[in-house]
Amino acid sequence: MSSSPASAAGWRFRTPSVIPGFGLTLGFSLAYLTLIILIPLSALVWRTTSLGWTDFFEIATDRRTLRALEVSFGTALIAAGVNVVFGTIVAWVLVRYRFPGRRIVDAMVDLPFALPTAVAGIALTTLYAPRGWIGSLLGPLGVKVAYTPLGIVIALIFIGLPFVVRTVQPIMEEIDKGVEEVAATLGASRFQTIWRVLFPGLAPAILTGFALAFARGVGEYGSVIFIAGNLPYVSEIAPLLIVIRLEEYDYAAATAIATIMLALSFVMLLFINLVQTWSRKRYG
Amino acid sequence: MAETQTAPSPRQPRFRSAVTETRPARYALMAIAFVFLAIFLLLPLIIVFIEAFQKGFGAFGEALADADTLSAIRLTLLVAAISVPLNMIFGIAAAWAIAKFEFKGKAFLTTLIDLPFSVSPVISGLVYVLLFGAGSVLGPWLKAHGVEILFAVPGIVLATVFVTFPFVARELIPLMQEQGTGDEEAAISLGATGWQTFWYVTLPNIKWGLLYGVLLCNARAMGEFGAVSVVSGHIRGLTNTMPLHVEILYNEYNAVGAFAVASLLAGLALVTLVLKTLLEMRYGAELAATRGH
Repeated sequence: MSSSPASAAGWRFRTPSVIPGFGLTLGFSLAYLTLIILIPLSALVWRTTSLGWTDFFEIATDRRTLRALEVSFGTALIAAGVNVVFGTIVAWVLVRYRFPGRRIVDAMVDLPFALPTAVAGIALTTLYAPRGWIGSLLGPLGVKVAYTPLGIVIALIFIGLPFVVRTVQPIMEEIDKGVEEVAATLGASRFQTIWRVLFPGLAPAILTGFALAFARGVGEYGSVIFIAGNLPYVSEIAPLLIVIRLEEYDYAAATAIATIMLALSFVMLLFINLVQTWSRKRYG
Repeated sequence: MAETQTAPSPRQPRFRSAVTETRPARYALMAIAFVFLAIFLLLPLIIVFIEAFQKGFGAFGEALADADTLSAIRLTLLVAAISVPLNMIFGIAAAWAIAKFEFKGKAFLTTLIDLPFSVSPVISGLVYVLLFGAGSVLGPWLKAHGVEILFAVPGIVLATVFVTFPFVARELIPLMQEQGTGDEEAAISLGATGWQTFWYVTLPNIKWGLLYGVLLCNARAMGEFGAVSVVSGHIRGLTNTMPLHVEILYNEYNAVGAFAVASLLAGLALVTLVLKTLLEMRYGAELAATRGH
């Protein structure tokens, strides 16, 4: 079914191979992908197009929608920024230093991947609530975390950390120490070596980690809704607004907000791919 | 060489290596990393167990023995038992097609497989509501034929399959690409059938990678909250998975109950991490994930 009748020199769908099962595995994969992912996603696109431009524009520019998108993107941006700084330090410590329990610390970094978001949500809320372990320390300083946008940032830092560490870590492991030796021999201070020699090589990975953490943070729901307080116009995230609109049977609004978010995350995905292609070209 | 030299001691080489930081800088960086990880990762994990056992083991046991909690546990196991094998079969099939053959549009297909990772969980649930809900094309037909998908187990399974879709495939594809096609070509030319080749040649090569992917897929399947929350309808005892039950108990101010269920999920996360680390330590060379992508 698969190989085209064209001659060997012409265009062909696939390169011939003695291995069987191409039709079966590709057919099954495509059918499954279509049923589970493509048809449901196109339902979203179809619903949006049937909305009409004016309705879509009205929902998109609704003050509550704009504010929710602002909260989602703003908090995700701050959290990803925090994760870039601390995630890079964590990766550096894990790659460069030897200390007892390094393996355990390394494994721990993946906790946010493995821990269900609802569990993270109630755990963080309990810690940062006014009477919680951390909340009771910050309270006297006048810092309120739980039930404020700051709480959202905390939850997104938790969720996004492994994205930065796991993107930067393998690149750090590949650094050729000879380069650092050369830099040191030529009289660069350690700080200059790190900043001027190592950092440019790490920058694409750091940027990718930032984008991944940011994209994940924008869509995050489970860990945020417990700690956010969910006050409209203040600490209401876009995914929550989708859920609220659905519960009000306002499918049009839910669809429109979802489409905006989806479009923005595709732009993110494109950006990540561009960064990776660019860095592959540059650093091979 | 570098600026300040620490006093030479018998245990320390006289020349400080040029490719590491000064000792104070090293300790400072380590302190920053450890404090950050302790606050953001360790404390949330500890608090789950402390809250779960705050009223003693008896209260913990009682909370778990609750009929609604037990049915939530059963539903979570059922959903994982359906969705994980489905995505496993898909992962193997997709990896076989993509890694063993050269064809047009391969890169595009690989990108599509990763798509669910860049979709918000809430949107993953929403798309099924739009597809099967009251206002959809399929909705009235399904209702007329008595087929329940939304606010029932099939919807929860579909949403779970959607969010855990890429896990097995994205582990197997790079792994099988690296392994190439030599083994399979040898087996086929020696007269093995396709199934024999897969079963006796390919599967032994990829078994640890497959286990790794299944492990991560399962952790997400059992822990998924957002997507499932949208399609489940939150019917206690019927369509409540464990993460959804955590939410209900927490919102009822039943802290012990919520954290008791949460501690089971945290336990699952810990087991997943331990198994994952063991796999990486023992079979690191046979995993794609540990060698970068």
